[in-house]
Parts: sequence; structure tokens; C-alpha cells
Amino acid sequence: MTTQARSRPAPPRGPVAPGDPPARTDTTGPRRPALPAGKATHHGAVDALLRLVSAPGMTLSALFLALLLGWVIAPGAFSTHHPLEAVGTSLASPGGEFWFGTDLNGRDVYSRVVHGARLSLLAGVVAVLISLVVGGLLGMIAGYIGGFADAVISRTVEVLVSIPGMLLSLAIISVLGFGVDKVAIAVGIAGIPGMVRIARAETLRIVNLPYMDAATTSGTRRLTGIITHVVPNASGAIGVVAGIDLGGAILAVASLSFLGFGAVPPEPEWGSQINEGRMYIANAWWWTLFPSIVAGLTVLSVNRLSRGIGTKENR
Amino acid sequence: MIRYVARRLGQAAVVLWGAITLSFIIVQLTPGDPARLMVMGGEGADAGAADDSQIAQIRREMGLDQPLVIQYVSYLWRVLTLDWGTAYSQQRQSVSAVIGDNIGATVELGVTSLVLMTVLGIAFALGSVLLPTRWLRSAFQGITVIGIAVPSFVMAILLLQVFSFRLGWFPAFGAGDFRSVLLPSITIALLGAGTLSQVFARSIREVSAEGYVEVAQARGLGPAKVVLTHVLRNASLPVYTIVGMLVGGVVSGAAIIEIIFGRPGVGQLYVEAVSARDFPLIQALIVLTGGLYVLVTLIVDLSYPLIDPRVTSPAASGRASGRRNR
Repeated sequence: MTTQARSRPAPPRGPVAPGDPPARTDTTGPRRPALPAGKATHHGAVDALLRLVSAPGMTLSALFLALLLGWVIAPGAFSTHHPLEAVGTSLASPGGEFWFGTDLNGRDVYSRVVHGARLSLLAGVVAVLISLVVGGLLGMIAGYIGGFADAVISRTVEVLVSIPGMLLSLAIISVLGFGVDKVAIAVGIAGIPGMVRIARAETLRIVNLPYMDAATTSGTRRLTGIITHVVPNASGAIGVVAGIDLGGAILAVASLSFLGFGAVPPEPEWGSQINEGRMYIANAWWWTLFPSIVAGLTVLSVNRLSRGIGTKENR
Repeated sequence: MIRYVARRLGQAAVVLWGAITLSFIIVQLTPGDPARLMVMGGEGADAGAADDSQIAQIRREMGLDQPLVIQYVSYLWRVLTLDWGTAYSQQRQSVSAVIGDNIGATVELGVTSLVLMTVLGIAFALGSVLLPTRWLRSAFQGITVIGIAVPSFVMAILLLQVFSFRLGWFPAFGAGDFRSVLLPSITIALLGAGTLSQVFARSIREVSAEGYVEVAQARGLGPAKVVLTHVLRNASLPVYTIVGMLVGGVVSGAAIIEIIFGRPGVGQLYVEAVSARDFPLIQALIVLTGGLYVLVTLIVDLSYPLIDPRVTSPAASGRASGRRNR
């Protein structure tokens, strides 16, 4: 571990536990080079490998997310039992047969967590896509066109931000009705204001760069300007924010399902699973604890990975 | 200074008006007949009981049978006179009475959480900057990440399991003496303290790179003394700008935490209102939380010049609001 801060003000780096925290909480600020001068490696592959080894948190996060991807694509290959049928005695403790124990109905908790990954993660991804597309577009319009459009969009964002995200999602659910799809849409809409702000700020930054002046002087039209210059250049920063939002979105979906607005009971989903089990926590801690741990690790990994990529992007 | 205050007050009024309008639009956007939904989801719950006279009565009471413009104007008027109508899911009590019964418990929870959050956030930030060994500093930083990534309900369940069921230090459910508010407050505080301490610690590091800090070091002050006497005041500025967000987080957290801990409160009420689709109650609570956010950010912004006089000089005020919006 030779990557060390040499002066006091720099964030401490060095031997850290897995899940090592990012030094900063946002990705918009100026960056400090991660490798000190004189440690430059010449081959890209070696460089990448070195970085991977020097950031065990990143590696572990990537491995865990790869496992989750497997659960989403082929849950049958990873689960040990049928997710909906009683396969053992009620509330059996974890062991060789039932890795995460069984629930009140004798269903295997592990298999239900594996099958629940699809709904929990897809809902999070859909939510982020909604905020990304709608928020990104509105933010670019506000930043690029300015004037009246900017005023309307920015004021609306200010209003939406005044309602805490969770409560805004709940209000939207009261309009749309209940179900995982509605929860995903609600979380997505609640994420729009944040995305508008980032996209607008990025667009304003790009619009003021010399090459935009060059484009305007050489007769590029506004819409063309957005598509050919703003979108590709803003997408890096916006993408990183979307990655960080994904962790929050998965969390929000799980929270709303936990409150009973998402998945309908027999269907496996993490939030509702955690809710089902919590009343039995005194005598069957595994029922609620294992899905909780998996959900927590998922958010942790997504955040870690998107922050790590963000640091690289902005270097 | 007066111009700054006037502009900021005007801004707050616009956002508040926007939140009121948003709460009005929500009912209008609801597909189908809101009154019918409310009868079916409300107290009776059995769809068969949704007779037309009941629906017509709700439509009349909520003014849904009026033209849109009249509905909007009378809604604004009712908000201004604090006449929120009937909470159909709460045995038809008035919305104001229901909120009045519940708000005390939530304020108690919220204030305790904010105090704990501030204490923990500052402690973790100082720990992750000042502790003597790199290992300890990283450990303190690592804890703050857990606060950000762990879902609030997971944190609540874990704390309940350990401290109420295993150790028996705190009562598991309900509201009553001060001990019952501690565990839910700790849960909410831990979640916000992560963000707070990360913002604070980062700001401390940035301020530490300033020239005057170097001067203090050159004068021979130790690291702890430099941070405490020279860095902290300037480093705390970014923290003020996220106070509104942290308060919003506490309100969001209260919704889930109150349910898990079986505490009465506005958060629990809001979730109940959404599941019963009790629109008058939802509207009132949206305006209430929006108003709280507007008030908190207003107080922060108006007191900000007292802490950092640079913002009220006309040239710099644009820069300050830009910093807030980042």
C-alpha cells in the first residue's frame, strides 16, 4: 500500500477495512489525483489491476453485485428450494439444509431472498431510469435554453425538493395506487428534482466552455447543440449521480414495500420479506435479519462502486 | 441586507404556495373518482358499502363537484384559514384535531433525533480527522458510511433486537417516558449523522489547507488546537447548508420509525392516510412538511450572514446561493 497521503489536509488513505468509505460525499467537487506522482504505471492493464487490488472495497462490491446479477438472471440456478412452497418445518433455524432458515410457513428464506432480488433490483433500476431520463432532459433544457423555461423548471424543482423524498413517493403512491410498478414510478418521480439540478449545473458548465462558443458561431442550432455537445459531455457526471441514486432507489423501494405498498405477500421481495419477519424477530431472527443484511450490502456495494467509478471519471 | 431578507422571504412564499398547489394537484391527478377511492379504502374497507350517497357526500364536502378554478381558490382559502376538512380514515375527526393529537410525539422524536444527530455527526467528523492513528480515523469514517447505506428499517430492527429484546434496556414499543423516545431517536440520528459527519469532515480537511491554518501550525499549535480554534468555525459553514435536508430526512425517517416502534405520530398518520387514500389528511401533511422545510431553510439562510458576513455583500450573494444549490 504505497498510496498514502503525505500532508495532513489530504483524506487519510491506507489499510482499510472492506467497505472502505469514500472520502467525499459528492462527486462535483475538484479531485485530487489518487496516485502520487512517481508511482505512474505504464501499462493500462497493470494499472487497472493495481488499482483493483489497492481498493478491496471496490472488488468485493463488484463481486457481490455480480452475484446479485446472477440471482436476477437465473434465480433457479442459485436457490436451493422453491421460493413459494413450504419445504421444511415452520421457523427452522439456519443450517446446512436451510442456509437462512425458514419462515412461519416453512418456506426457505434464502431461496426467497434469491428470487426476491429480481423485483427489488429491477424496481430500483426502473426508478433511476425514470429520474435519469426525465430529470436529465428537463435539467438540460433548463440549463441550455434558460430564460422562462429555466425559471419554470427550477421553481418546480424547488417546490418538489421541499417535500422529503420518502413522503413525496408516498403522496405519488396515493395517486397511482399500490404495487411494485407504482412504487418504482413513485420513487423515480421523487428522484427527478435531484437529477434536474445536476443536469442543469452540468449543462451550464458545458455551455460556458469555449467549444460551445465555437459551435454557436459556426451556426449549430440549439437542439443540435444539445444533442451533439451537451448530452455526451454531461452524461459522465450525470451517470455517476445516477449510480449513486441507484443505491438510494433500491433502498426507497424496499422501504415502501416494507410499509406494505409494494409487492403482494406471497411474491418474494426484500422489503415485504423484512416486514413479514420483523414480528418474529425475538424467536426467529433469521427471517428478517438475512434479507436485511442482503439489502444493506446491496446498497453499500452500489454506492461504493459508483463512487469509485465517479472518482475515476473526474480524474 | 434588507434586500437579501426581502428576496429570501419572497422566495419562501413562492415555494410554500407551490407546495400548497402541489397538494391540490395530487387529488386532481388521481385516476378515477377520489371520493369513491376514499369510501372504498376508508373506514368501512368493504367495497360493497360504497353507496352512492356516501360518495356524493364526500364529493360535496371536499368540493369535488365544483369547477376546477373555484375548487382551487376555495382550497387556497381553506389552507390559509387552516380548515383542512375531515380525516375520513380517522373516524371522521377533523384533520386539524387528528394532526394536533399526533404532532407532539413527532416533535419530541424529531427534536431528540436532531440533537443526537448533531452530537454524533460532530463527534464522528472530529474523530475521523483528529484521531492519532490512520487506522482509527478510517474506522470512524467507515461507521459513517454504514449510516448512509443501511436502510432505516433495518437499523431500527437491529437496535430493537439488541437493546430491547436481548438487553432489555429500552421499552420496545409505544410512547411514554423519555426512555421510549431514545431508541427511535438514536435510529434516526445514526442515519443522518453519517451524512452530516461526512460533509463536516470533508469541509474540515478543505479548510485545513487554507493559508491561515498553515500560519497557525507554523506558530507551533498542535493539530487538535489548530482544528478547534482556527478551522471549526469556517468548516461548519457547509453543514448549515444541509440542515434543511437533514430535517427532511428526520421527517422521512419518522414515518418508518414510528411504525416499527409502534409510536403514535404524524409519520405513522401519513402512512395510514396513504394506505386509506385519505386525501384531506395527505394534503394537510404535505403542506405541513413543505412548510417546515421552507421555514427551516429560511431560518438557516437568514442566520447565515451572521455566521458568514460575506454572503450579504451584493457581489457575493449570488455565489452563496449557488453554493447552496450544489
